[in-house]
Amino acid sequence: MEDEQSFSDICGGRLALQRRFYSPSCLEFCLSCPRITLRSLTAVTCTVWLAAYGLFTLCENTMILSAAIFITLLGLLGYLHFVKIDHETLLIIDSLGIQMTSSYASGKESTTFIEMGQVNDVVINEAIYMQKVIYYLCILLKDPVEPHGISQVVPLFQSAKPRLDCLIEVYRSCQDILAHQKATSTSPEGGDKIISASNRRSHSGMGAY
Amino acid sequence: MGRTRTQERQGRCAHGPPAPATGTLRARNARARAGGQPGCLWGRTVARQRRERTEMGLVSRGAAEVGRGAASAVDRPGPPDAVPNPTPTPPAEGADPGSSRPGMVLKAFFPTCCASADSGLLVGRWVPEQSSAVVLAVVHFPFIPIQVKELLAQVQQASQVGVTVLGTWCHRRQEPEESLGHFLEGLGAIFSHKPWFQLCRERGSKSWSCKATHWQGPASPAASGEDQVMLIFYDQRKVLLSQLHPPTALPDRQAGDTTASAGGLAAVFDTVARSEALFQSDRFDEGPVQLSHWQSEGMEASILVELAKWAAGPVCLFLACLLSLISAASACRVFKLWPLSFIWSKLSTCEQLRHRLEQLTLIFSTRTAESPTQLMRKANMLVSVLLDVALGLMLLSWLHRKDLIGQLADALIPVADRVAEELQHLLQWLMGAPAGLKMNRALDQVLGRFFLYHIHLWISYIHLMSPFIERILWHVGLSACLGLTVALSILSDIIALLTFHIYCFYVYGARLYCLKIHGLSSLWRLFRGKKWNVLRQRVDSCSYDLDQLFIGTLLFTILVFLLPTTALYYLVFTLLRLLVVAVQGLIHLLVDLINSLPLYSLGLRLCRPYRLAAGVKFRVLEHETGRPLRLLMQINPLPYSRVVHTYRLPTCGCHPKHSWGSLCRKLFFGELIYPWRQRGNKQD
Repeated sequence: MEDEQSFSDICGGRLALQRRFYSPSCLEFCLSCPRITLRSLTAVTCTVWLAAYGLFTLCENTMILSAAIFITLLGLLGYLHFVKIDHETLLIIDSLGIQMTSSYASGKESTTFIEMGQVNDVVINEAIYMQKVIYYLCILLKDPVEPHGISQVVPLFQSAKPRLDCLIEVYRSCQDILAHQKATSTSPEGGDKIISASNRRSHSGMGAY
Repeated sequence: MGRTRTQERQGRCAHGPPAPATGTLRARNARARAGGQPGCLWGRTVARQRRERTEMGLVSRGAAEVGRGAASAVDRPGPPDAVPNPTPTPPAEGADPGSSRPGMVLKAFFPTCCASADSGLLVGRWVPEQSSAVVLAVVHFPFIPIQVKELLAQVQQASQVGVTVLGTWCHRRQEPEESLGHFLEGLGAIFSHKPWFQLCRERGSKSWSCKATHWQGPASPAASGEDQVMLIFYDQRKVLLSQLHPPTALPDRQAGDTTASAGGLAAVFDTVARSEALFQSDRFDEGPVQLSHWQSEGMEASILVELAKWAAGPVCLFLACLLSLISAASACRVFKLWPLSFIWSKLSTCEQLRHRLEQLTLIFSTRTAESPTQLMRKANMLVSVLLDVALGLMLLSWLHRKDLIGQLADALIPVADRVAEELQHLLQWLMGAPAGLKMNRALDQVLGRFFLYHIHLWISYIHLMSPFIERILWHVGLSACLGLTVALSILSDIIALLTFHIYCFYVYGARLYCLKIHGLSSLWRLFRGKKWNVLRQRVDSCSYDLDQLFIGTLLFTILVFLLPTTALYYLVFTLLRLLVVAVQGLIHLLVDLINSLPLYSLGLRLCRPYRLAAGVKFRVLEHETGRPLRLLMQINPLPYSRVVHTYRLPTCGCHPKHSWGSLCRKLFFGELIYPWRQRGNKQD
């Protein structure tokens, strides 16, 4: 079962959230980031080439022009392969774990899988980002030493940065599965959690995953 | 008739062949074609059954459809002559009634190589903490339950993994037959295991069905719970060969651990890796039990690897003896006498040679590696040494081809002369009015002449050495065949020797400056009426006599006015020294890079990424409603940065140990800087 909704991110760009429901215990969310536009690409290329041409008129060395072309090509390839994320996927499998995949524009995929035994909870946190206060979804990992403590905070959808309405959708489905998992697991905890504000102690974030 | 006799003798085979509901010829032929009912046949019919095993698909089972209620199988006590387990199985293996609750999703890890195998029994390990079953192999019909149990007991003893029969696997072609259905369920009575898995697949299609049932016991035969099963496919060969690198640093487990670790997916990897004993037989073996696993098409081996293993023994022994001789020779008393030991400790070449000797000793030691980490370390060291020697030989051939050694030797003397001339010009400049500063004439002349004389001595020394330079250089160039790192270390040492006079000047200037600074600080305290208390390590006030104060102030003034001259000399020579140190530092950095880069691990990550695993990743396969969820588990390889970080080889440790702050402080107070503190050599 698949359905698609459109949301916006914190800067106002369009995001598409695709939800695939495989089974009551397996759910996948795919958030597509805004694509690279022809306008921005042309703008950057023109800037670089104008600067190179300016240098060329100063130095009269044709190597500058070739170098500018080379740099533009390499820069574009590097940007597509290492920087530009096309879509981010969150796959939750009850009793197995949570998997986050980032697919880059060149097709490269980088995946992280967190086992369910390490997941304490999935919450929406607030953060100060530049001049804004934004909401972000994150996974809290259990502390191996202290059973109820939290050792790490893993933020999700870091490059898509959706707004709260999108996050609430994802959050609700995650909580359903986590609640079901807690109910059927041997641990005595269960129940639902409310959106937590910044009354959680800050822990070291994991950064980009 | 023979069949009945065997049944009596063995006392097993609780099920007879399913009584034909209709005695029709078709049913009987179907049975015969099916190669005999599983579990009741002898080895002498094994050949026939093997031929007909492909037609096992004809035999089907009907009870595997989702939606059919739990079968009417009755729990029977285990066969009376079941072989008792020689090893104590872990307590939670298969018989724990409370390990899985109804309504839970059970996970079945199924190897992709068995997805096309014929019907049979599933053999593997049940992990109750994760409610997951790791299927390791499929036992094909026909089999004798006793022999299967024996084999499993053997494997259990050899591998310390609780391998049991987990359920049945059915790979059918057509509509199921009722008879086999009941029979396969009855197998659950012979090999009792909770939960009992029943996996089924239609040949040529992607529709699977799985069921896991619990028998509650003879008291309540009808109340058997059924759980949802999630199928996770994994590539057995890759999981067997891969090594998990968890993000948290766990202590290494000893090889003699009795139970496999229970850390989630690490348990799956561990189970597969330890069950090598199960994968030793392939389908060409004439053993009593036919298994299907990743090696059942034939054991993997490589002639080169086998030859290398066979040859490695004597070669390692020989080389180990040779290396021990060399290390004994180098550790003999003669080299510990004072001048020699001092020189050895200063030269970085000796350090590098010692490091290489240690590495070679470790590589060729006759002890086998205990853990995969040690094996990787040995392999990395070997590849590093080989690369080093290869690069060194390339350098040597390049030097000899262009006869660069002769050119170098010819150019050395003029270069040394040039450097000395430049230094003389510099000193002349300092003795005049450098940068417009006015120096104290007398001190200037003294210092300048002193250093000029020093340079004159140095030049004479170089000219004395000039006839031997080429010979020395040629021999030194030969040392490049020991490795590029040795050649670079020798280069660094040659630079140090050639710039020895700069080092001497730096030491003189620094000592003079240090003395002056100490004198100034002490006299400054006197000027203010204070004194340094050595006992209490603090500044105390003190009342001086008038003549003490007078002389002290006089000396203070003299030192203050001589400060610029000394400071300028100190500054110039420190800068020169820092320049030389920077060049040497670059060379050492390169040597460290070659020493510590784990090339074997990087190559492994490039060519066989599944060997170094950071984790796993899952992909959801085609899903139909009503069918169980199928996932594909793939190995997530370690990123290159973590490979380098984890498998870096330890280096000499010749890194500058100062922070920038302490360096500036030492420079200001004129303390001598020793950037390359050799290991085990404490100075200053």
